[in-house]
Amino acid sequence: MSKTIDLDLVRHIGKLSRIALSEQEVGTFAAQLAGILEYFGKLQELDTEGVEPMAHAVQLHNVLADDTPGESLTPEQALANAPDRDGDFFKVPKVIGDSQ
Amino acid sequence: MSETNETIKPVVGLEIHVELATATKMFCRCRNRFGDPPNTHVCPVCIGMPGVLPVMNRQAVEYAMKVGLALHCTVAGFTKWDRKSYYYPDLPKNYQISQYDLPLSADGFLEVPLPDGTTRKIRVRRAHLEEDAGKNIHDKASHTGVDLNRAGVPLLEIVSEPDMNAVEEVLAYARAMQRLVRWLGVSEANMQMGHMRFEPNINLHITRGGRTFKTPICEVKNLNSFRALERTVAYEIQRQHAEWQANPEGYSIDKVGKENRGYDDEAGVTVFQREKEEAHDYRYFPDPDLAPVLVSDEWRGGLAAQIGELPLARRARYMERYALSFKEADALTQDAPTGDLLDTAVTDGADAKRCANLLLGRGAAIANDRGYSIAEVGVTAGQLAELAKMLSGGEVNATAADKIFVKLAETGGSPRQVAEAEGLLAVSDAGQISAWVDQAIAANPKAVEDVRSGGKSQKKAFGFLMGQVMRLSGGAAAPAEVQRLLQQKLGS
Ligand SMILES: [Zn+2]
Repeated sequence: MSKTIDLDLVRHIGKLSRIALSEQEVGTFAAQLAGILEYFGKLQELDTEGVEPMAHAVQLHNVLADDTPGESLTPEQALANAPDRDGDFFKVPKVIGDSQ
Repeated sequence: MSETNETIKPVVGLEIHVELATATKMFCRCRNRFGDPPNTHVCPVCIGMPGVLPVMNRQAVEYAMKVGLALHCTVAGFTKWDRKSYYYPDLPKNYQISQYDLPLSADGFLEVPLPDGTTRKIRVRRAHLEEDAGKNIHDKASHTGVDLNRAGVPLLEIVSEPDMNAVEEVLAYARAMQRLVRWLGVSEANMQMGHMRFEPNINLHITRGGRTFKTPICEVKNLNSFRALERTVAYEIQRQHAEWQANPEGYSIDKVGKENRGYDDEAGVTVFQREKEEAHDYRYFPDPDLAPVLVSDEWRGGLAAQIGELPLARRARYMERYALSFKEADALTQDAPTGDLLDTAVTDGADAKRCANLLLGRGAAIANDRGYSIAEVGVTAGQLAELAKMLSGGEVNATAADKIFVKLAETGGSPRQVAEAEGLLAVSDAGQISAWVDQAIAANPKAVEDVRSGGKSQKKAFGFLMGQVMRLSGGAAAPAEVQRLLQQKLGS
């Protein structure tokens, strides 16, 4: 649990998040993230023996909707904020295959 | 191989993705529909706009629970939703909502009928709900187009234990799962529409000279036909064996671990895929937008009660109660509505065997032509029962019944009306049949002689004369009456 934040970990997280980080930023974020983790580390002092892990911050469950169609956007609306389009498709750089 | 006394045991596990046939998507009320123009079923939730609130589709949860229950799984009393983070253009939120450590269903099994008539239990490790991604269109050379109509469609991922040891078993399991989800009415499981996708995990346990060697486990992603699944597993078995033979100490699960391969449909082979090292670093965490689901015994029990008789139980009942053959019973239990048709007709007082013959004769032929199930041909249980009763009563013969069945499928109506309108009712009027019998006797003295002399050609000659009378009647004479009158007149 007491994983330390080193520079490599910040670079790795940056890569996973598709964020280009300068070496200076890597250093800054490593220090900041370490500070955050340390602060939350205080929680480790609590005795959680016999306490169920919490899956959600509010005590709600079974918020379920009926399977009845509602309004969707038009393709025009859906594509309005897209940086680029090809007809009614979102246009993105060439990729291979599907993610699934 | 025999000189080295080598045995090869393929070990295969299968992940099956099934798209659920809900009317709407999993977390928004956009329609879940295949084949419409791009980006026509999208909204801020399913295209990943900030600040939206997804709400879980009750029907998707219930469909998934039904599958879990039918697979004899433990359906969890508490289940939650997790975010699986990765980047791809067809995943607009940059995370997929899935279930990580608390799947809806776990630890079940599916009884799988094998081609030899036996069944095999394949264990199911887990079945969890997740959302489908959109579709990337690759027909342009310079870029990729993205259609998000499929993004957020509910997907059930069913993961088996590595319990299959042959290509036929993998196929039988996949087909049994298709039959089950259709049977439960939770998915159309249409392969052309991508409703079912397969990911096999394959390796070999090879025993030679008292040692067991295990080849690396290969996972092949995104197979969307039974043919691709069959070819992939068959290819992997021979490829892994060849690689192991070339390098028995090196090509092992301990040294190589797990490999990812892709299937090349045109070549019918799998090809090695290098994975980025961080590809599986999905950083799962509970989705803060979605409330967990508590499943009460009452909810679970209510769904279990809706499941009813499953395919293999029904098949066994048809063999026992209706005296159908394995093949007949199996064909009639491919989907629930076809069997329902038979059951209802029998309840109406029709003979089960005659109904089965009608359904599996002309019914199956029409269904096959059109790519339907037999029930979808359009002949109702009432029509089926009436036609079967007319057959049993000798009012129509088999040829006429066949024609009537086709007519019923095309235009509807009652079998009796169709038979009358088309002149297909059997003639059982003794006077009319008598005339045809006399005509046949007069025209075939040799056959008549053979019948009367009682020699070894008697039976054949009698059958010939029967056929002649039927021909004279244009197929309309009631066979029982023809036989009675022929016997009477020939004194046989
Ligand atoms: Zn939507």
